[in-house]
Amino acid sequence: MARTITLTVNGAKVTREVESRTLLVQFLREHLELTGTHIGCDTSQCGACVVHVDGRSVKSCTMLAVQADGAAVTTIEGLAAADGTLHPMQAAFREHHGLQCGFCTPGMVMSAIDLAQTHPTLTETAVREGLEGNICRCTGYHNIVKAVLAGAEAMAGRAEAAE
Amino acid sequence: MAHPDGIGARVRRREDLRFLTGRGTYTDDINRPGQVHAWILRSPYAHARITAIDTTAAAAAPGVLAIFTGADLAADKVNGLPCGWLIHSKDGSPMKEPPHPALAQGKVRHVGDQVAVVIAETRSQARDAAELITVDYDDLPAVVSSVAALKPDAPLLHDEAPGNLCYDWHLGDLAATEAAFAHAAHVVTLDVVNNRLVPNAMEPRAAIGEYDRTGGDYTLYTTSQNPHVIRLLMGAFVLGIPEHKLRVVAPDVGGGFGSKIYHYAEEAIVTWAAKKVGRPIKWTAERSESFLSDAHGRDHVTHAELALDANGKFLGLKVSTVANLGAYLSTFSTSIPTYLYATLLAGQYTTPAIYAEVKAVFTNTVPVDAYRGAGRPEACYLIERLVDVAAREIGIDKVELRRRNLIPASAMPYQTPVALQYDSGDYVRNLDLALPLIDYAGFPARKAEAAARGKLRGIGFATYIEACGIAPSNVAGALGARAGLYESAEVRFHPTGSVTLFTGSHSHGQSHETTFAQLVAERFGIPIDNVEIVHGDTAKVPFGMGTYGSRSLAVGGSAIVKAMDKVEAKAKKIAAHMLEAAASDIEVKEGKFTVAGTDKSLSIAEIALSAYVPHNFPLDELEPGLDEQAFYDPKNFTFPNGCHICEVEIDPDTGVTKVVNFVAADDFGRVINPMVVEGQVHGGIVQGIGQALHENCVYDPESGQLITGSYMDYCMPRADDVPSFTLAYHEEAPCTHNPLGVKGCGEAGTIGGSAAVMNAVVDALAEFGITHLDMPASPERVWQAIRAQRKAA
Repeated sequence: MARTITLTVNGAKVTREVESRTLLVQFLREHLELTGTHIGCDTSQCGACVVHVDGRSVKSCTMLAVQADGAAVTTIEGLAAADGTLHPMQAAFREHHGLQCGFCTPGMVMSAIDLAQTHPTLTETAVREGLEGNICRCTGYHNIVKAVLAGAEAMAGRAEAAE
Repeated sequence: MAHPDGIGARVRRREDLRFLTGRGTYTDDINRPGQVHAWILRSPYAHARITAIDTTAAAAAPGVLAIFTGADLAADKVNGLPCGWLIHSKDGSPMKEPPHPALAQGKVRHVGDQVAVVIAETRSQARDAAELITVDYDDLPAVVSSVAALKPDAPLLHDEAPGNLCYDWHLGDLAATEAAFAHAAHVVTLDVVNNRLVPNAMEPRAAIGEYDRTGGDYTLYTTSQNPHVIRLLMGAFVLGIPEHKLRVVAPDVGGGFGSKIYHYAEEAIVTWAAKKVGRPIKWTAERSESFLSDAHGRDHVTHAELALDANGKFLGLKVSTVANLGAYLSTFSTSIPTYLYATLLAGQYTTPAIYAEVKAVFTNTVPVDAYRGAGRPEACYLIERLVDVAAREIGIDKVELRRRNLIPASAMPYQTPVALQYDSGDYVRNLDLALPLIDYAGFPARKAEAAARGKLRGIGFATYIEACGIAPSNVAGALGARAGLYESAEVRFHPTGSVTLFTGSHSHGQSHETTFAQLVAERFGIPIDNVEIVHGDTAKVPFGMGTYGSRSLAVGGSAIVKAMDKVEAKAKKIAAHMLEAAASDIEVKEGKFTVAGTDKSLSIAEIALSAYVPHNFPLDELEPGLDEQAFYDPKNFTFPNGCHICEVEIDPDTGVTKVVNFVAADDFGRVINPMVVEGQVHGGIVQGIGQALHENCVYDPESGQLITGSYMDYCMPRADDVPSFTLAYHEEAPCTHNPLGVKGCGEAGTIGGSAAVMNAVVDALAEFGITHLDMPASPERVWQAIRAQRKAA
């Protein structure tokens, strides 16, 4: 059964008709052509599809598009500033070589931002535990952990500067 | 002045920007105009005869455009998938090579075997319709273990392969090895299982087939590590499409680890069906399908014996391995347990006599092929476990025993008794580099401190040798390879001095867009931003054998150097003409072409402009343009090597093993970008830890069902399962036979990793009298081992 939903995605209002079985990740990839959000598994284990729904990280394969009706969704495409300046977490991943093939990266970055936002002080252990729901097969996590710690610090610095 | 982005610089990656902003283009991100979707119906049985397929109801389902089965492929004379390496048995007979149909022909041989394909307007419609297909199966007994498949009463998979045996191969000098054992002071024996793994690149495989009726042109977008190889295998052997009518594109690819080398059925199906249906067809695997259809790795059962003299010098090694090939021969499957395994059994040691025999076996499981390391981790694991067992039985410190047997740097080049000639390496240096980093001397104190907390601490060593860049092509050909093993490159200067580099290597995480650009930028003294790397498209790149076996820099990089040599040679002649000097008087340094002893010089950009606007140009001597192509066929393998040391702590009450410290000291020859190399090592180590502690592909022995068919059951290493690592490398023993002196780093961590971890685990459990555990050392397995020993005591 088709239903009409309206969401705010990366700051822009979108209205689409979707089948009720459509997953949020399918909606983003297939209806909105936001292919930065990836699908790496079918059991909600890998975290490649993590996006932010109303500011919190969500595996977009675990949510129906209709459940996101009315929500504000941010995907990896919505992180950088309009002039192309990377979000501090994106910049940290580049600086610390926190990605190789790039496939898990969008979900990893989205999870990392939520982790940084919800943990005023992050330790290596907290990062490792916090990213337990995101699988990376390339990096061995070593540089991801470094990147998240640096990115969180940069985010905190930016937040302080704004105060 | 050194180039800021040249060789040795930690240049941040140029590919990152698109990946970090969601603008990568992976195969499933591509949507072609008019595209429809394929769903593959797979066998739920491990072994069965297909007696009937009824597609009537499915064909009438909404959105369905076509349904094809094996009969349709046969009617169109579509061939099976070819195998790329012919192995001969001990008796000289060729291996058994049964057909590997893209869609089942009368029989299915593993759970997940392709039975039919549904093409529909949407993926959901194709999937829904597939459920309406009725297949009548005549269920047959299945066999999943290689050892069981060799038994006389085992179910037979292929009529062409009696006893399920593909080949019974051997290498080495049996008589010399037996003689060595005859006068040995000690003989240690070990039986090991090298567990089956599922590669699990994070991007599931995908393919889009397209056919243009106007020109009769096919295009295949696919998740491949080597698009030219796919074009050759699929075009020439399966579908009969000539190269100029078949373009294969491997765009951004989300990891491979070997599993995306091979030509898979789905690629041929969507390409062939695109013409039948007249629409582009996309197929994307779900992860569950990846488990059932991506080639698996490892799966060896081995008995080995090591002979030593009274001083602990290795005298001889005898190895007998049964290798599981799965239900069909995947593209390079046959070469893995032979030329990429047994040839590595000398490791870093002077063992003078080695004999190995390998039986390769068909079973009702997914085909097995190269997975990161491919044969070399199996060899390293076997040798290093044997060395530890010997050290313990004889009572020599395990570092000391290794030292007594390491091939000294002075012995290079070193001919092993198993066909390889190591060109360079300083293995003692690796060990000396690693030992202080792990603080070996402080280990007893750390062990005591752990014991005070109720934890068992162990330390494990692994020295490893890898062979990268299989070569040369003519030798590989004589050993059965059905392909060349060179690489191509084209360096195209544009009129204003920027460069497009076309490489036959393929980057799916390896960072070629950065490291290859570093080579060009440094050589010609140009900004790295003036260099663009093009790869992964048969319509653009001259030819390419692709990326696997850590070959990209050693082979592909060497081809780039050769092409740059040609550019420079031509540029020198152009410069001589422009500067009115003899070519022999032109000196080239950091991209400046200078008349010796003068201040008259030209940059490469000035020369490039002259080459494309040839007004002041030696037209009677040279063609205009500055665009050179090269093919490089290596003279030998390269031999990266290293010493990996792992410390674990085990909780005896739960059996949980924690890696608490890991040091890797490696020799990769010359390093182009240390940041990238370290990243490769980190990732490799975690795949090694994964095999040792977490990952295990399990089939039900009766039904042949895959029990570990998802991330709920197959334990992938996660961030909280592993520590950070301490790495070191040296560049004191560069490769002697390629122009960059490079060796390759992609598989190192995986090769040394699992052996180092398991030696640490067994060391930690030594006090219980445990001498060996098979991988993975899962909490349950460790706990059971401790419990069994406690009970026995």
